[in-house]
Amino acid sequence: MKAVTDIFHVAGKDLRALFVSPVAYVVLTGYVVLTGWFFFNLLMQFNRMISMYEMMRRPEVASMLNLNELVMIPLMYNMTIVLLLMVPLITMRLLAEEKKLKTDELLLTSPISVNSIVLGKYLAALVFLDVMLTLTLVYPAILFYYGQPAPELGPIVAGYIGLFLLGSAFMAVGIFASSLTENQIVAAVITFVTLLLFFVIGWPGETAGPTLGKVLQYLSLIDHFTDFSKGLLDGQHVVYFVTFILFALFLTKRSIESTRWR
Amino acid sequence: MIKVEGLTKRYGDVTAIEDLSFQVEKGEIVGFLGPNGAGKTTTMRIITGFLPSTDGTVSVDGNDIFQKPMEVKKKIGYLPEHPPLYADMTVAGYLKFVSKIKGVARPARGEAIDRVVERCGLKEARKKIIGKLSKGYRQRVGLAQAMIHEPEVLILDEPTIGLDPKQIIEIRELVKSLAGDQTIILSTHILPEVTMICQRCLIIDQGRIVADDSLEALTAQGSLESVFLKLTTEDVQ
Repeated sequence: MKAVTDIFHVAGKDLRALFVSPVAYVVLTGYVVLTGWFFFNLLMQFNRMISMYEMMRRPEVASMLNLNELVMIPLMYNMTIVLLLMVPLITMRLLAEEKKLKTDELLLTSPISVNSIVLGKYLAALVFLDVMLTLTLVYPAILFYYGQPAPELGPIVAGYIGLFLLGSAFMAVGIFASSLTENQIVAAVITFVTLLLFFVIGWPGETAGPTLGKVLQYLSLIDHFTDFSKGLLDGQHVVYFVTFILFALFLTKRSIESTRWR
Repeated sequence: MIKVEGLTKRYGDVTAIEDLSFQVEKGEIVGFLGPNGAGKTTTMRIITGFLPSTDGTVSVDGNDIFQKPMEVKKKIGYLPEHPPLYADMTVAGYLKFVSKIKGVARPARGEAIDRVVERCGLKEARKKIIGKLSKGYRQRVGLAQAMIHEPEVLILDEPTIGLDPKQIIEIRELVKSLAGDQTIILSTHILPEVTMICQRCLIIDQGRIVADDSLEALTAQGSLESVFLKLTTEDVQ
């Protein structure tokens, strides 16, 4: 019980720190600007296609175009890329700064466990992720309000669950990278490189031989997101993300403990 | 209260402290003296549970730091060499956060903050942002942080370093006023400070204890300075 309240104490402190610094607002604004631009362009393209088919007097094709496939799915893929760029900037300070300011000495000599510290910081990161994703709900809201016919709700909900899981995995890598160094830039670069690598690690899936190819494809973060974006909720992918996150958090804990053992 | 036995810490091939043993009784104020790099900070970090030792044991009030770290950490207030402050917090906000993670119960938090603010002379600074405070005030916030959960043991790593003479006197008075209730280990390399505050003195040099006695016994043959120089310069090359 005390461990749980400790998690909230740490999370509260880190969220506060995030939102009193300009970093949070710059990242949130940047995220909304970029995803808004993507949304605007996808929507314009969609409109152009519809009017094109109508001009060609092929209304049956025009009526087959739908907002889910042509706007929401590509938009969510674009959002994953922007997340990939933004997450390192949010997670880089989480543990690196504590070490730099020597406040880790306060946390680690207080009667709270390393688990509580790691989970508290991770919780703060997840709350921030929620804020980021919530702001982007305005795009599907626009589609529901003006769309004729409106998009299907199910795939969008599934897509957002996928985005949350993917973003949570990104944040877990970020917090681990932050535990390795006291330099925030180094932490951000490690996070970015690792995430990008896990993004494209499935590319040689076809050429690397049957077994290795499958393994690489299984490791790929984005391959596990695909089904969510199409509206499929598959437990296998949830298991992948949860395992990925727990492993990264476990490494973070070990990394904090080991720096003291050296 | 504090029992250190055979404490050794090595960083790779470098031995920071070797086979340190000493005891501190309840209510004592012990001065921990030694040249820079002698191992004072390392010893304090092990006692507070920040660093694990390579060998040897530390127990506080009968609890081993290695076996029951949470019990020990509850009993210790620690002011590290660099006060562990969050520059973007206000003094009150910071102390509130520390009281939470130190396990002060919710109803007692307000009172605990008032008490340390009063004792450390932080009344005017209470609402200020820590990043904008002077060095002396930051040191006081560091001390307030160490005292907030009314620990039985206070470990202070060079509490007066970098302060102006007036602030040094204030901090000394504060530490002195804690005598009796709390067990205090205080490291410093300002010798007169020890004479003014402490009853007992531990001198450490190159990771070993070279003197452990009451102040009267140590200064029987001369001033503390001459004793300190005699004990510590021999091996300095």
